[in-house]
Amino acid sequence: MKVIVAVSAFNESKVIYRVVKSIPRRIKNTTISIVVVDDGSFDNTAQEARKAKAIVVRHILNRGLGAAIKTGIDYAQRQQYEAMVTFDGDGQHNPADIEKIIAPIFKKEADLVVGSRFTRSQNVPVDRLIINWLANLATLLLFGVSSTDSQSGLRAFSKKALNLIDYKGERMDFSSEILLEAKKHKLIVTEVPIEAIYTKYSRIKGQKNINSINVLLRFLVRIFR
Amino acid sequence: MLTTIQIVLLIFILFAISRVYLRAKEQLFSTKTAIFWYIIWIAGLIGVLLPKTTSKLAGLFGVGRGVDVIVYIALALLFYLVFRIYVMIEDIRHEITSLVREIAFQRSQKRSSTLSSSRRRGSKK
Repeated sequence: MKVIVAVSAFNESKVIYRVVKSIPRRIKNTTISIVVVDDGSFDNTAQEARKAKAIVVRHILNRGLGAAIKTGIDYAQRQQYEAMVTFDGDGQHNPADIEKIIAPIFKKEADLVVGSRFTRSQNVPVDRLIINWLANLATLLLFGVSSTDSQSGLRAFSKKALNLIDYKGERMDFSSEILLEAKKHKLIVTEVPIEAIYTKYSRIKGQKNINSINVLLRFLVRIFR
Repeated sequence: MLTTIQIVLLIFILFAISRVYLRAKEQLFSTKTAIFWYIIWIAGLIGVLLPKTTSKLAGLFGVGRGVDVIVYIALALLFYLVFRIYVMIEDIRHEITSLVREIAFQRSQKRSSTLSSSRRRGSKK
């Protein structure tokens, strides 16, 4: 099986080399390719990623996390990969979780696997717990999709999911839309517990709490347009 | 006899209608959009020239004064237009992203083919 890990990165030159190097290049006799989608960084993110031997696809303008992930999906489709894992470039995921998240795809038990930070108790900041709970509630009320971690950045897509999932959200609003697309196309979705690594760096780089209002507004516009 | 405010509004509305006509002639507007704006401005023109019609309209909607019904309709229309502009901006945003993505793929492909050809040259030496 041809598998690719898509790492989305915006101004991550400090950590991207380490993040790319930490991703396993082989899982169960399968070679893993890595593509870094540099979302219009102003720093040396692309150069650092290339130094770490990743394929780099660079947006000339910053288009947001959703757009970067979509570029990863399009790249995987064009290069005919059979599975893809999305991985945040700020180092908030444990690379060991990639194997766990891709396992249901290898076994053909799921089309979309969501790494959930909240299915087991771990040290998650309170504001993140609240924001995530609200995002899950909004996803349930607006899209009718239930998830314990609708905003997770660690996901695995089967080839079928790569071909069928098409979303419009370009900022943080894309996460819930992916779940909606999966529901629309009757894809098998499963959740796998993953570790959440909250460092000072990832907290600064991560989603700002105030952005949640904007995300909700975009949801509503998309529904009523 | 027309009052000063009626003359000012009349000039403004005629100017607005002329702009709609010119934009439609240049085909910057679709016919649907041009018709929408003609209806809006002609309704305004009727309201200015025959103010009693607004009072009749107000009576129809159960609103006290003619000017009030105009303010309510204008507000609703403004909210709707803001919403349409928001949707339009979102569409433009998606189009820009598609362009950015395509450029990113082309550059990546160009870079990888340049690298592989320079590697081939290096191995020949």
